[in-house]
Amino acid sequence: MGNAIKTTTITKNFKCPKCGKIATSTGMPGERTIVTCLSCGLQGKVTLSDVTSTNGFAIEISHLKKMFGDLAAVDDISFSVKKGEIFGLLGPNGAGKSTTIRMLCTLSRPTGGSATVAGYDIVKEDSKVREHIGLVSEKMIMYNQLTARENLKLFGKLYSIPDDTLNKRIDDLLSFVHMKKWADHRISTFSTGMKQRINVIRALVNQPEILFLDEPTLGLDPQSTSEIRELIRRINVEDKTTIILTTHMMVEADMLCKRIGIIDNGKIVALDTPANLKKVVSGADTTVFEIEISNLSSGMVSSVKSLGSVKSLVQDDQTHIKVHSDGNDAFDSIIDTLRKNNAKIRSVKNLEPTLEDVFLYLTGREVREAVSENSNNTSNRHRFRRTSRIR
Amino acid sequence: MSKRNILHHSVWICWKDLLEFSRSKLRLVMLVLMPLFMMGMIGFIFPSGDSISDTPIALVNMDAGYEDISYGDIFLMQLYEVNNRTGMMDLSAAKDFDDIKIKLQNGEINGGIIIPEDFTTNILSGKQGNLTIVIDQSNPQLSVTMQSVLSKIIEQMGTQMAVQNLNTTYNVSINTATTMVTPYTVEFKGIVPGEPNYFQFVAPGIIAMVVMMALMTGLPHAISYEKDTGTLDGMLVAPIHRLSIILGKVMAQTVRGMIQGFIILILAVVLFGVVIEGSIFLVVFLVLLTVFSFVGLGILITSFTENEETATMVMMSLMFPMMFLSGVFFPLQQMPWYMQGIAHFLPLTYATTALRKVMVLGADISAVSTEIMILIIFGLVLLLVAVPMFKKAMCK
Repeated sequence: MGNAIKTTTITKNFKCPKCGKIATSTGMPGERTIVTCLSCGLQGKVTLSDVTSTNGFAIEISHLKKMFGDLAAVDDISFSVKKGEIFGLLGPNGAGKSTTIRMLCTLSRPTGGSATVAGYDIVKEDSKVREHIGLVSEKMIMYNQLTARENLKLFGKLYSIPDDTLNKRIDDLLSFVHMKKWADHRISTFSTGMKQRINVIRALVNQPEILFLDEPTLGLDPQSTSEIRELIRRINVEDKTTIILTTHMMVEADMLCKRIGIIDNGKIVALDTPANLKKVVSGADTTVFEIEISNLSSGMVSSVKSLGSVKSLVQDDQTHIKVHSDGNDAFDSIIDTLRKNNAKIRSVKNLEPTLEDVFLYLTGREVREAVSENSNNTSNRHRFRRTSRIR
Repeated sequence: MSKRNILHHSVWICWKDLLEFSRSKLRLVMLVLMPLFMMGMIGFIFPSGDSISDTPIALVNMDAGYEDISYGDIFLMQLYEVNNRTGMMDLSAAKDFDDIKIKLQNGEINGGIIIPEDFTTNILSGKQGNLTIVIDQSNPQLSVTMQSVLSKIIEQMGTQMAVQNLNTTYNVSINTATTMVTPYTVEFKGIVPGEPNYFQFVAPGIIAMVVMMALMTGLPHAISYEKDTGTLDGMLVAPIHRLSIILGKVMAQTVRGMIQGFIILILAVVLFGVVIEGSIFLVVFLVLLTVFSFVGLGILITSFTENEETATMVMMSLMFPMMFLSGVFFPLQQMPWYMQGIAHFLPLTYATTALRKVMVLGADISAVSTEIMILIIFGLVLLLVAVPMFKKAMCK
């Protein structure tokens, strides 16, 4: 990033996280350097930020809002992302995840509220923000007729990285994802998984402090999906890069994210670690039952639904219902109600809560329902069912 | 962000666009073929005055003659003689007007000549010999040409006969007789050497038009396509000035347009004998100026259209009137006044006029200074509107 801003070098002090002694580093403003603690020898990457953002947050969002006509795509959200964490924005399609990401990446202007990314205001200091971020968008940002190296080179050049630094950086990145031998092949010859690997490292060419990933595993086969997830984790651990990712896959959020913000209809409905989020469901006397009834009818469903202790009910298929219930006598009243309706109960299972249940508990709907409500189309419902299901 | 950086980034974007372009073999082939088709098409289909040949014409000779004399036969002999020299007509015989009518309707002939019964008697009795030329009204272009060509031939033949008559009847010498019959002669002289031809007229316009087309179709494609596929986000999220993106795209499209422009120029010179009278550098400068005057329009359309398809549609509907109203194919002076009025608001008009002046008439920069000024103003005004629009559109 060095020659983009031509000012004098600055020196900054950093507190060693291990022994508490002060280490210093000198360089250009905005540069990322390795600092070695002189007393204990701990090494770490630091950013020589020219504004003092010592509060430990990479992103701070306050009352951010985006309107598309009358529709509030993002409706007054506020949260912060800590430096070095993987933060997940979880929600169904159309919940406002991508819009939030686009605003934070300066690609879209907020209608109201404010946010800082890497200590810079996303509206007033948008070009500063751009220097410190990388974006892996839902659509791949790559030119198919160019080779992997040419793609990386173009974007490196747009960040004004000098040739020698850039060439080394490209080689490092390519070997990071084991793609070095494919460097001079055109993107169009790659498999989707290979493309996505290049797409991810393309966003790393400027060594961003913060990496935005918008549905990074969408449309990938299971093997590529786990590859990319592993890659995301490595970027976070090895480069200490703060990562904010959006997904509609509960499993992915659960696996990768330190903290998760659940977003629905443009609002953050919950924000915590995955474990704490699940406690919301299991802790507060809430139990999830899966009941198999061989002669399941809509009358049974509606009468169970109307019970005061039942928080929500979802019919999984012809014979299965999933019930979230509150209180100790909930189970008894459900079974009683079903018996009154002459239900033939085959089995009852007590389920461990998943993030899917958390979403259901918080919004009263399953992720896939939220989707079909938005699209209001039966053919779409089946399509989304496949993609939105728990994996 | 420094100016050097803006330029630096735009060069890399241009490099990317050209590299992408060069990777597609078909696009490369079309880059060369398009101007070739264009020039070939315009070069060979447009009629240029005396280009009529072997047009089927039917002849009806109803002349009864007078004793041994038949002026009708003499006329026909002369007509055959002229036709053998020029090869303009493919002559055949017909019975009468109705026969000609049927043949015309069947498309066997394009016209006919009727020599009436009293042709010889009229001439002998001191009256004028009257001929009828039948024309094909379904083909106005051809019939106009036929009319003028046939009347010219007949007039010439009449003159020849008159001279002969004076010579034989009144014993006037041939020279004096010619002067008596046709007292005026005309000589045409241009300000540059050489015969004027249609290519000379049309080539400068085609160059301006092709450069415009490359830019107007290329620019929305280059930007809207990247917007559609999402790759534009990659550039927008990089710390580069928005101007770098525009500049890079424009540079790449300009290179493309210039290559095609030069192919046309070379074809015009090599194949169609067009001579560039003025300075080649001035020609290049004018072509670049044409690009400048259109860039704003291209960016403007890209900014307010949401996808590539719409952008292309808007472009096309703007491009066609511009092509035909700017005097590329037909001189402005031939258009009705209101169309000429519209033409004055099209930058292509000025680009074409300026290029024509320089290429055909050998004008220097001072002679086209008005056009240059107007093109600069067009470009500046459009850019001043377009660039803020683009910036706004990119950050919805």
